[in-house]
Amino acid sequence: MPEIDIRYVAKLARIELTEEEVERFGAQLSALLEHVKALGELDVASVAATAQVVESRNVTREDEPRPCLEQGVVLDEAPHRQGPFIRVPRILAE
Amino acid sequence: MSELFERSAAEIAREVNERRVSASELTQAALAHVRANDGEIGAYLLVLDELAKETALRVDERIARGERLPLAGVPLAVKDNMCLTGTRTTCASRILERWTAPYTATAVARMLDAGCVPIGKTNLDEFAMGSSCENSALGVTRNPYDLERVPGGSSGGSAAAVAAREAAVGMGSDTGGSIREPGAFCNVIGFKPTYGRVSRYGLIAFASSLDQIGPLTRTVEDAALAYDAMAGHDPMDSTSIARAVEPSATTLREDLQGLRIGIVREFGLDPLGAAMKAVYERAYRDLEALGARLVEVSLPTADYGLATYYLIAPAECSSNLARFDGVRYGLQVQAGDVATMNSRTRAAGFGPEVKRRVLIGTYALSSGYYDAYYVRAQKARTLVARDFAQAFDKCDLIACPATSCPPFLLGAKSDPYSMYLMDYYTIPMSLAGIPALSVPCGWVDEGDVPLPIGLQLTAPHFAEPLLLGAAHAYEQATQHALRCRPESFDCASRAQDRLRAKSRDRR
Repeated sequence: MPEIDIRYVAKLARIELTEEEVERFGAQLSALLEHVKALGELDVASVAATAQVVESRNVTREDEPRPCLEQGVVLDEAPHRQGPFIRVPRILAE
Repeated sequence: MSELFERSAAEIAREVNERRVSASELTQAALAHVRANDGEIGAYLLVLDELAKETALRVDERIARGERLPLAGVPLAVKDNMCLTGTRTTCASRILERWTAPYTATAVARMLDAGCVPIGKTNLDEFAMGSSCENSALGVTRNPYDLERVPGGSSGGSAAAVAAREAAVGMGSDTGGSIREPGAFCNVIGFKPTYGRVSRYGLIAFASSLDQIGPLTRTVEDAALAYDAMAGHDPMDSTSIARAVEPSATTLREDLQGLRIGIVREFGLDPLGAAMKAVYERAYRDLEALGARLVEVSLPTADYGLATYYLIAPAECSSNLARFDGVRYGLQVQAGDVATMNSRTRAAGFGPEVKRRVLIGTYALSSGYYDAYYVRAQKARTLVARDFAQAFDKCDLIACPATSCPPFLLGAKSDPYSMYLMDYYTIPMSLAGIPALSVPCGWVDEGDVPLPIGLQLTAPHFAEPLLLGAAHAYEQATQHALRCRPESFDCASRAQDRLRAKSRDRR
């Protein structure tokens, strides 16, 4: 089992880590992966994966407008807004 | 007659419905008790004085109009990962510290409709990830039975509030034991219903295939009343079960005649130490004395539950918590580009345990490792669920420990894995989605302080009436919850003296 590449995983997870966190989390997560290795002992070749344990089915409904949250109430929670928009940093170069 | 705030939910509802006391009087008493008591406990992150008084007035109006409400005037503590319109809902996280919920969770709405009065929002491990409440970024909660110990977690605030009589019913959420373990630690009932039985709409998601809302109460009857009020299908949660709820409060039992109770071969009591072993042996004998026949059952894969859970739950959490990106709500740390803004926001907003779980989950789901970790864990989950199905061919209920130790000292578990081990006995039931509860079953003495211990009972899917019924028979016959009162308010001065003496010793 390869050592966890914590910097790469943190980039995927979009969490900026300090050097101290890279060290600490790297060691802690490697230790946890050692513990979960035990699952390798189970013979699961012919076992189906379980995603939902209780009866579940696809749920659909008519695509009709229904009452929903007011736009202003939702926008009020955004850290930065401009008029009826949520403002974020530029994603395309000028 | 006991103080107003001491009464059970069933007693309160009866008296309010019969107009012997008003919801408003009860709410005043509850709020006064919280003001006097919660400084030491820290169960609440937010006390809802105004909302509680307004809600109580509306309950009194409904009663005056002739309505009868199953939970009329009952003081309710709501775990702060459940939305309640217009109130701060933080998940005990910096990232949501100033977020105000624009809607109310269905389960909370149902409790309010049944007559409950929301006293406040309670502390938890950040995003419900933890077993002691110590992962809260916003406050410390202490165990009302020993102020130097943890209340358990993640629903530790609701458990402590109920134990300290700061609410009659607490709402918690349980992903791997987060209702049952704090229930055991705080000497109250902690009940996790069948997965899908209670709507999760408005519960801020941690691990969606495991999360379940349930009550924490001081009596089994109260747990049944709360469950009957909050359970049921909800079109807003497509994983909620679309079949009628069998009421449980009307089918509580006084004995266990005719029931077969499974004792798990793999959960031998020796590792728990002599004191806890004696408590559980006594509990099993009491079940037998009430008429149950004890049978040995086997859960051969239960030992793999922890490893299975600590892949599945982080994987789902890494996906669910992706929404906290600094754009639409919550904290934002500004930066010149979006990716850096996301990464800095999450670095500043999440605490260490949340970061660890998001990282491990991201890793388990990442390309090249998905099959080896996540899919394998889902297959192991199938085996754990199959073990229970086979065990329930031989018995009606299973009894086992709720925790592997009594409530521990604040700060005692600094290694993350030692904290994960706290969920050893509660995780298998979560993986199988079956209903389970913890009921007080005795005490172990640690120095001069008796510490509460919980017995876990579990049943097949949808067997809540049987499970609560049996727990009621055990509780009525043993009454362990009544043997000792929380030192926090019964002998507050003694607790203070002890704290002062200990801090002197340290100096």
